[in-house]
Amino acid sequence: MSNVSLRDVEIRYGASQVLDRLDLDIGAGEFFVLLGPSGCGKSTLLNAIAGLTEVASGTISIGGRNVTWEEPKDRGIAMVFQSYALYPTMSVRGNMSFGLRVAGMAKAEIAARVEKAAGLLRMTELLDRKPSQLSGGQRQRVAIGRALVRDAGVFLFDEPLSSLDAQLRAELRVEIKHLHHRLGATMIYVTHDQIEALTLADRIAVMRDRKIQQLGTPQDVYQRPANRFVATFVGSPAMSFVKGRIGEDGSFVAGDIRVDLSAYAFATRPVPGQPVELGIRPEHVARAETGLAGVIEMVEPMGADLLAWTRLAEAPVSIRLAAETRIAVGDRVRIELPGRHLSLFDLASGARL
Amino acid sequence: MITPYGRRPRRLTPQRIGLYAFLLITAAFFLTPLYVMVVTSLKTMPEIRAGNLLGLPASLNFEAWGNARSRACTGLSCNGIQLGFWNSVRILIPSLVVSIGVGAVTGYTLSFWRPRGGTLLFGLLIAIAFVPYQVFIYPLVRIYSQVGLNNSLAGIVLVHTMFGLPTMTLLFRNHFAALPIELSKAARVDGAGFWRSFGEIMLPMAVPIIVVAMILQVTGIWNDFILGLVFAGRENLPMTVQLNNIVNTTTGERTYDVDMAATLLTALVPLAVYFISGRWFVRGIAAGAVKG
Repeated sequence: MSNVSLRDVEIRYGASQVLDRLDLDIGAGEFFVLLGPSGCGKSTLLNAIAGLTEVASGTISIGGRNVTWEEPKDRGIAMVFQSYALYPTMSVRGNMSFGLRVAGMAKAEIAARVEKAAGLLRMTELLDRKPSQLSGGQRQRVAIGRALVRDAGVFLFDEPLSSLDAQLRAELRVEIKHLHHRLGATMIYVTHDQIEALTLADRIAVMRDRKIQQLGTPQDVYQRPANRFVATFVGSPAMSFVKGRIGEDGSFVAGDIRVDLSAYAFATRPVPGQPVELGIRPEHVARAETGLAGVIEMVEPMGADLLAWTRLAEAPVSIRLAAETRIAVGDRVRIELPGRHLSLFDLASGARL
Repeated sequence: MITPYGRRPRRLTPQRIGLYAFLLITAAFFLTPLYVMVVTSLKTMPEIRAGNLLGLPASLNFEAWGNARSRACTGLSCNGIQLGFWNSVRILIPSLVVSIGVGAVTGYTLSFWRPRGGTLLFGLLIAIAFVPYQVFIYPLVRIYSQVGLNNSLAGIVLVHTMFGLPTMTLLFRNHFAALPIELSKAARVDGAGFWRSFGEIMLPMAVPIIVVAMILQVTGIWNDFILGLVFAGRENLPMTVQLNNIVNTTTGERTYDVDMAATLLTALVPLAVYFISGRWFVRGIAAGAVKG
């Protein structure tokens, strides 16, 4: 296991800048997730760490060694791709051992490593098959196995589960997490799926428009999103937003509703009259006798729980309720928005207050 | 239960009949010359003189085939067309290997290594493919005579490689361009360099395209006349040139049976290639989708 650190990294494609002066430190043994919509630069960043994309300036170090100009094979990394990228004419064994054969490793050692990795991924019986004879999930398992045998200090995953169906994705997600626990290796994982990010990561970097929007633990990112983009991108069902302003007494005012902010932990003090947006996650909306009044407009049963939609100051707000709650469209409800669970954003900049 | 209503669609519609008629006529159009050649080569000269072009021979007479193979005269020597056959083989094999090899490496480089100016180079190469051969012949002869390649086996092999390069490159480049770029990234992470990744990963995936390339090149090189005539030299004249000499050498009577037999012998290689590999050809053309 090795740490990875990027200093002032800049990447260009022709004239257009893809990444601009990026600094990032990933600790040894950490599970680090790069999360963002497509085109945000997360895959480019991963490719740069792998040595598959050239950096225009800056340095990349892996395990304390400057590897900025080194070939991928000399960086002590292994990589898993979204499209599996298995060699179709080789058997599973051939796929897994190719890198070791290229490196000129002794045959006995290769065989031992392949067996060990195959055992770890429970696919020993697949070793003599061709990739075309495998299902999608098995193929991705082989791709992970090919990375494992390299005994690398850093594992790079480029959207490894994106081309699998939902059930397999959940299954392999757990498997990757297990693997991280057993190997203790550093893993850098690119995804656009916020659930994957939240479940797997020690730390998440949320990216958008080639910039890191927020860097923090999953709890941080989920509970204290740094700006409105992070707030909308992370969390499903999504956070609800109500537009308004800061009142004279420091509370949130929108139309005829007023929300007390005395329990809110401000990052920066707003000025009275400042236009703001208030965000609240469905599970934090509480029903209370003395709360704000609303009418239920829609009910979405989701199995484990239930999502009810109402409206506050023209804005749709969702409430997460227990699955057995008896509630129907047209019911009147009273709800409370607890100050310590709110997120408040400046309307103009979108930054957290 | 849903019951279908309306008339059952008819299998044999007027369009179908028209289509089959067209196909049959086309087939007859292309098969008639072959038929005439085969029957003529099996007839005796008096039968041919009788003039019934489409009639079957009275008896199967293979004498003309033997003559064509080893006794027909080209100019002064009367050794038949067999020498030409071996000359053609000696030109074909190295030209085939070299042109496909160079085309495969070029196509692989263009699609996976993206050298600077590669797209421009490829565009030029394709543009050159449309320039007629004849334009190149005289300058090439001059260059060859300067470097001493005129009238040599190496010379003709080089010519075939050069003229085959656009098609071969196009074929392989398009095949490799359809493969996911992640495949070459994976190979790089595994530490495979240019040749290792070409030989162990990319080339084995290109087998269907190699078959297509072989069919195209075997037919093209075997049927070539002008390049062989100009560049191969007297010692290496290919079969097509020798066939022309046999047909044009007349002492007394024109031996149509021998001419036909010699022509069929010359056409045997491309014919065999099509019959044996037709299935492969279609498969190779359709094999765009090589999924991991």
